[in-house]
Order: sequence, then structure tokens, then C-alpha cells
Amino acid sequence: MTWVLGTMLFWAAAWALNIRLAASGLTRSRAGRLIVPAIFGLTLLGVWEGLVRGLQVPSVILPPPSAIAAKIAASTDLLWVDFLQTFVKGALSGYAIGCLSAILVAVLIDRSAFLKAGLLPVGNFVSALPIVGIAPILVMWFGFDWQSKAAVVVVMVFFPVLVNTVAGLRAAEVMQRDLMATWGASYWQTLWKLRLPAAMPFIFNGLKIATTLALIGAIVAEFFGSPTQGMGFRISTEVGRLGLDMVWAEIAVAALAGSAFYGLIALIERRVTFWHPSQRR
Amino acid sequence: MKAILPVLAVIAAIVVLWYGAAVWMNAAWVRDQAARAGETVSFAQIVPQTLNQERPVLPTPHQVVAELWKGVAGQAVTSKRSLVYHGWITLSATLLGFAIGTGAGILLAIGIVHNRAMDLSVMPWAIASQTIPILAIAPMIIVVLNSVGVTGLVPKAIISAYLSFFPVVVGMVKGLRSPDAMQLDLLRTYGASQGQTFAKLRMPASLPYLFASLKVGVAAALVGAIVGELPTGAVAGLGARLLSGSYYGQTVQIWAALFAAAVLAASLVAIIGLAERLTLRRMGMDR
Repeated sequence: MTWVLGTMLFWAAAWALNIRLAASGLTRSRAGRLIVPAIFGLTLLGVWEGLVRGLQVPSVILPPPSAIAAKIAASTDLLWVDFLQTFVKGALSGYAIGCLSAILVAVLIDRSAFLKAGLLPVGNFVSALPIVGIAPILVMWFGFDWQSKAAVVVVMVFFPVLVNTVAGLRAAEVMQRDLMATWGASYWQTLWKLRLPAAMPFIFNGLKIATTLALIGAIVAEFFGSPTQGMGFRISTEVGRLGLDMVWAEIAVAALAGSAFYGLIALIERRVTFWHPSQRR
Repeated sequence: MKAILPVLAVIAAIVVLWYGAAVWMNAAWVRDQAARAGETVSFAQIVPQTLNQERPVLPTPHQVVAELWKGVAGQAVTSKRSLVYHGWITLSATLLGFAIGTGAGILLAIGIVHNRAMDLSVMPWAIASQTIPILAIAPMIIVVLNSVGVTGLVPKAIISAYLSFFPVVVGMVKGLRSPDAMQLDLLRTYGASQGQTFAKLRMPASLPYLFASLKVGVAAALVGAIVGELPTGAVAGLGARLLSGSYYGQTVQIWAALFAAAVLAASLVAIIGLAERLTLRRMGMDR
């Protein structure tokens, strides 16, 4: 009971602190904008820990964060193997293939108005579909190892990137294109020096959406069959053995990997599209 | 008509490619059979044999359509083989989750817009959580809730709600903030209260954003419901059809379930698009 009461007090105190901080001038600085969400995140973890202990929730239902952290520390090598299998082999290779081919196809179909008019509605339609459902088929075609995961990822990231790139290639203004024409620039020069750079904000929008999809695709595809390693494999088997702390450890790794991947792409975006209004501060 | 023609051409090209791929991928099996019987087959003999296999590597479009038709019209709606039955199970979880997720998302967005502390603490996490592969948690949620005694519709709906929640939060926060300073100032000169500002300016201004996120959210909710059906041991629903199809090598069944899911997703998005057009036209915000 004391744990529950203490948790309530902790929550109230942390929230009051956040309200004070939010009202103060601190939040105008960069550090202040980081500190408030950090306190909120820590509060959530504290409340989780306190409630699990206070209400004596069995660890097969919800392990406390401390137990998950201990599990992560105790099984880093296993987590690393899973990470390599799912993220590096499955998700990253599929992401690279899918995004590159989508950009190439977008550049190709951009030359034909007919193809654009035909493919864009189809592409939009396909990006709204539950494409993860294709996972069992691809696992059947490409076998249990990472190739089938990469194939699922390719299919999942292809259409969002394609649709965004085609939209981006339209972003260069007529005036700018005319200017290129007056300089006697060839099609490929115009593409390389004007239209692709102008399309970058759109392309990166697609690339950022695709980061999450890539990890989801790689993990879900493992539910349909995988070698005896990989995050999806570990999650589904540990759930069966009620080893919930290991499951949460995998989820923490997945969350970290997903956020880091997204952050990396966002960082590259800031470097590449520094000229765009949305990057100004 | 001018807009439909290229789309039809592309779809026709896809179907042709599909048949070609089906012949190419299924031919190995035909050659195998022929080699076992000690015969050699010519290409003209292979083609017809690849189009109607029992368990093809890639079923042909007409096989999938036939299976879909059999699943939708050829069975009693309550039958376990009916795609309508499985579709309804998935759809009900989707809709329940979508309703919960949307409601909670709108409430949280209202809180974020009106409370600076909430904005600063919750919003970064709401955005960060979109980069996390939430679907990976789905099987765990299902199993845990099952062990607590919550079964059936609710666990799937929770996953759907979670997936549709964040697009709605992010879109609604953007939408509720979309009125510019001039409009907000005008309402202040009228002496409007915060509630009135919300009801008369922020809420109507946010609707285009809301509908855009609803479309994303409903598609995400359907994916959530389908994936939520995977770890429950394939009882019912489109996800269960996918899983049992992959267990027993029934490729035609997988493709039919996939297409049923696609049709479901497309019609859900289309319904929201229709509601969007009607609402925005009624409000004079039609583009």
C-alpha cells in the first residue's frame, strides 16, 4: 500500500515540477525543452515500477522496469545476435533495396505523364493496404532466413517512397525549370542539379515513414517462420514461455533501434535539406 | 474518363505481369512432375498446367478471384469458411479499436493544445512513439490479456486503438493549432471564452486535419487487428486465415484473405473520404 501511495505522491510531485518548469522561462532554451519530456518519461517509468510492486502484479503479466533493465544487462549477447539478424540483415538491407529501387522507378515513370497518372493512384491505394499480410507468402518464397524478411521490407517501403518521390519531382517551380532550359541544360542535368535537390524534402519524408515500416516488416515476418534467432522469433517464443522480461527487453531494443534509425535519417535530412523552411530555427 | 484510363492500363499491365510470373514460378513444379514421370514437356504444355494448380507458388488472378467469390458468396455467412465471417471478426475489432483510439487521441490533443505542461511533456513522446515498431508488441499484449482473462475482441481492439491513436493525436494537435493569430485575436476581441474559441474556431479548423489522420488511422487499425490475430493460434479473422493458410501451404487461401483485407482497407478509407467530402462541403471548406 505504501508503494501505491508513494507512487501517487511521486506522480503528483513530478507533474507539479513539470508544470512549474513549463511555465518558467527555462523552456525557451534547448535544454529546457529536453528536460520536461525527460522528466515525464522518468515519471512514467517510476509509476510503472511503483504500481507493479505496490499492486504485486505477477511478473508473467507485467515485469517492473528494473527487472527488464536487469534482463537487458544479463543477456546483451543474445540481444545483439537478434539485433544483427533482424535489424542489420533483414530491415537494413530491405530498406536500402526498397528505397533505392523506389527512387529509381519514380525517376523513370516521371518521364511519362501517362504512367504517372496511372501509377500514382495505384501506389496511393497500395500504401494504405495491410501489406504486412504479404509476409507469409514471401516467407514461403524466400525461405526462413533473412532474405524473406528483407523481401517483406522491400515491398513495405517501396510504395510510400515511390509516391513521395514522384510528388517531390514536381516540386521544382516552372520558373526554375525555365531558367535551366535557358542555360541549355539537358534533361539529366536538370534532374541532377535542380529537380532531385528540390525533391529531397519529399523523398526524406518517405524515407522517414519507411524506417518504422522496415522494422515492423522485419519483426512481423519472423512470426511466420525464422531461424532460431531474431527479434520477432525471440518475442514469439518468449511469450509462449511467459518470459515477459525478455520480451520487454527485445521491445526496448526495437524501440531504441527504431528511434535511432529515424533519428539518423532525420539528421541526414537536416544536412541535405538545410535550405528548406522546415529546417530553419 | 481521362483519369481512369491510365489507371486501368496500369492495372491491366499488373495482371499481365502477374500471369507471366505465375507461369514462370509454377513451371518448376510442372517440370518436376514431368521429370518424375519420365517425360519431357514443351513450353506450350507447361503453360496450361501452371494456371490451375492446387497449391501453386503464385496463384493466378482468376484462381484468387474464384476463391474470393467462393469465400464471399459460396458459403453461408456464418460458416467458418466464409470470408464474410472472418472479415466481420476482423472488422469489428478494427472498428472498436479505431473508435477508442480516435476518441482518446482527440481528447489528448485537446489537452495538449490547452495545457503547456502537457504539450511539453507528452508531445515529444507521442512523436517518438511513431518511430517504434509498436506492432511487435502485439502478440505480447494478446497473450498477457489472455492470461488475465480478457479474450476475444478486446485485446485486438487495444492494438488497433494503439495504432490509430498516434496519427490522430499528431494530426489533431496540428489541426487545433491551425487557426492563425489573427483569427484567435479576433475571437479575443469578441470576448470569447476558451470553450467558445474551441467550439467555434479551433474545432472547425481542425476537421480537415482530423479526416486526414482518420484515413491513416483506420488503415493502421486494420493492420493492427490482422496482426493481433496472428498469435492467438489462428481461430478466426482474416489474420487467422493468413496464418492457417501459411501453415498448410494453401497459397490460394492466403491470397484470397489478403485481397479481402485489401478490399476492407480500401472501403474503410473510402467511407472516411466520403464523410470528409460531405462534411467539408457542408462547412464550405470544400477544395
